[in-house]
Amino acid sequence: MSEINYIDAIRKALHDAMADDPGVFLYGQDIGAFGGAFKATKGLYETFPGRVLDCPISEDAMSGLALGAAIEGMRPVIEMQFADFSTVGLNQIINNCATHFYRTGIPAPVVFRLPSGGTPGSGPFHSQSMEALYAHYPGLIVFTPATVADAYSMLREAIAIDDPVIFCEHKLLYRWLKEDSIRGDGLPWHRARVARVGKHATVVTHAAMVHEALRAADQLSEDGWEIEVVDLRCAKPLDRTTILGSLARTGRLLALGEAFPFGGVTAEVVSIAATEGFELLDAPPQRLNSRDTPIPYQPDLWRAHRPTAESIQAALRRLLAF
Amino acid sequence: MTSPDLLLKAYCTMLLARRLEEKITAIYRAGGIAGGVYVGRGQEALSAALGHSLRRGVDIFAPLIRDQAGRLAFGEDPAEGPRTYLGRATGPMRGRDGNVHRGRPSEGMPAMISHLGTMTSVVCGMLLARRMQGRETGVGATSLGDGATSTGAFHEGLNLAAVEKLPLVMVVANNQYAYSTPTSRQFVCADLVDKAVGYGIQGHTCPGNDLSECLNTIGKAVADARGGGGPQLIVAPFLRLSGHGEHDDAFYVDPALREGPLGRDCVDIAREQVLASGAADEETLATMAGEIADIVATATATAQKDPLPDPYAETWQALKTSCPA
Ligand SMILES: Cc1ncc(C[n+]2csc(CCOP(=O)(O)OP(=O)(O)O)c2C)c(N)n1
Ligand SMILES: [Mg+2]
Repeated sequence: MSEINYIDAIRKALHDAMADDPGVFLYGQDIGAFGGAFKATKGLYETFPGRVLDCPISEDAMSGLALGAAIEGMRPVIEMQFADFSTVGLNQIINNCATHFYRTGIPAPVVFRLPSGGTPGSGPFHSQSMEALYAHYPGLIVFTPATVADAYSMLREAIAIDDPVIFCEHKLLYRWLKEDSIRGDGLPWHRARVARVGKHATVVTHAAMVHEALRAADQLSEDGWEIEVVDLRCAKPLDRTTILGSLARTGRLLALGEAFPFGGVTAEVVSIAATEGFELLDAPPQRLNSRDTPIPYQPDLWRAHRPTAESIQAALRRLLAF
Repeated sequence: MTSPDLLLKAYCTMLLARRLEEKITAIYRAGGIAGGVYVGRGQEALSAALGHSLRRGVDIFAPLIRDQAGRLAFGEDPAEGPRTYLGRATGPMRGRDGNVHRGRPSEGMPAMISHLGTMTSVVCGMLLARRMQGRETGVGATSLGDGATSTGAFHEGLNLAAVEKLPLVMVVANNQYAYSTPTSRQFVCADLVDKAVGYGIQGHTCPGNDLSECLNTIGKAVADARGGGGPQLIVAPFLRLSGHGEHDDAFYVDPALREGPLGRDCVDIAREQVLASGAADEETLATMAGEIADIVATATATAQKDPLPDPYAETWQALKTSCPA
C-alpha cells in the first residue's frame, strides 16, 4: 500500500469532485499548468481542460466571480495562494457570498481553499490561521481538517454543500502528514472526533494543533495521565455535543488553537464549557493560543510563538494540578 | 439613429421611474420608510437606455443605486421597489434587505450589496459560468458612479473581465459627485474613459442626460459585447439632480454645474426628442402621463397593503444547510 499525504488527499478530492460534477471548476493563481503554489492542482489542468483557470492577482474579483458562477449553477472552488491573502477578498466573502442566501434565497455553493497556518520561515504574511475571522460571520461554514482522511472527505463535503465553505487546510500537514489510505471513519462534517480517549482532561483543538496535542498526551501518559483529545474538524458550526460529552468524562478543559488569542475558536469552546457545561467542570477552563504578536519569521521565534507539545504539556499539568 | 419607437418606450420608462421615486420619496417624508431613499433623478436616460438595450432572459443586469429606470426597462415589476423600501414579505428581499439592495439573481438580476464596485466581478462570474456551461452567455451589464471607480473592486473586476474576455458592459454614471465629494477628489485623469485603454478594452462616451445619445452609444456597446468584442466601458457625464439620498439637500453642488449643460434634466431633453421624432404628440404624452400615474398609484398601494415579515415566524437561517447542534 502506497502512502498518501494531506496534499495528495486534497488533490484527489478536487479530482474526484470534478470527475463527478461538471459544475465544479477551480479558479486561482498559478493553479493551471503550474499546478499551484503547493501543487494541490497538479495534473488537473490537463485532466479537466477549461476547468482549471489561472487568474490575475485579484482576490476580491476572484471571490465575487465565485458568487456569480454559483448563482448560475456552478460549484467554484477558489484557491487562495495563502490564507493570508484572502483578506483582500474578505469583502466579497463576508458581505456578498455569506449574505447571499439569507438576502435572496438563492444559495451560494462556493468553496474557498485557504492554505493556512504556520511553517518555519513563513513569517507574518504566510502563516496565519484565519478560521475565527470567517467563523464570525453568519452564512459561512468553516472547516479545519487535521487528518489525511478528513482532508479528502471534508473537501468533498465542502464542495457538495450548498453554502459557502471556508476550507482551512494546514500547510504544515501538507507533506508531513501521511497515511496508508484516505479512507476515514465516515464521521459527518459537523461532528467533532475524539482523536484520543482519556479521562483526566480534555484538549479541544483543531488542524495542526491536534497533532501537537496528541504528542503532549503521549508524553503525559508516561506519568499516568490519560488525556482526551477532541479534534473539532469543523470550526463553525461547533459540535457542542461532542465537546460537552468529553467534558462529562474528564471534567477539565484546555481549549487549544494556533490562531491569535483574542476571541476565536478557543474562546468559543471555553464559552460553551462555561455556559452549558459548568456543572461538568472540576477546574476553570483554560485556553492556549499563539502569542498576541504577528507571527515571527525566524524558526526558533516561530516555535516559541505557537503552542507546541511542550507548552501544551505544561498547560495541562497546571490544569491537572488544580 | 435611434428609432422613434425605442425613444418613446425609453422615455416612458424614464417617466415611470421618476414618478415612482417621487412617490417613494413622499412616503419617506411622511415617515413611512425606515432608513434612506436613494433616487436616480437625472440618471433616468442613461439607466433606461441601458435597460432597454438588454434582453431579459438572455442578458444579465446588475443595477446600482440610481437604476430604477434601468430596472423597469429590464422588466422589474414597479411594485418591487416600494415593496423593498417598505420591507414587505412579498418583495424579493422579504424585509431582509431594503431600498435599492434588491434583485432576482436567478432571473439575471443580481441583488447589489452596499459595497461599491463589488457587483462587477459577480457579473463576470455569471458570464464565465454560462460560457463554461456552453450556454449563450448574453451580455452582462452593470453600472456604477464616478466615486465607485476609485474602488479596488472596480479595478479588479474590470481587469478580470478583460483577461477573461467577457461580454461585460460597464456603465460609469459620472454624475459629478460621490455623496458630497466632487470628482476632483476622486481622480485626476482627463477623462475616465481613458481607463479603457489601460484595461485593453473598448471605451465609449455619451452625454448621460441625452436619451437619444445614450441609446445610440449603449446600443452599440451592447452589440459589440454581444458580437465578441469583449468588455465595454461607457462613461456618461451628467449631474445628479438630487441629494445623495433624500436626507441630503446637496447644498455643496456647484451652481455653475446646475446651470450648465450637465445640469439639464434628462426627462426634459427626452421629451423634446420624442416630440421631434414624431413618435408621439403632446396629447399622446399627456395620456401616457396619466397611465404612469395609475401604475405608480397601484404599485405603491399594492406594496402598502402587502404583509410585513413576521419576526416570530422568521427562521433565522443564514445557511441553506441545516446541521444538528
Ligand atoms: C466601498 C464603499 N464605501 C463607501 C460607501 C458609502 N457610499 C455609498 S454611495 C457613496 C457615493 C457613491 O458615489 P458614486 O459612486 O459617484 O455614485 P452616485 O451616488 O454618485 O451615484 C458612498 C461613499 C459604499 N457604499 N461602499
Ligand atoms: Mg457620483
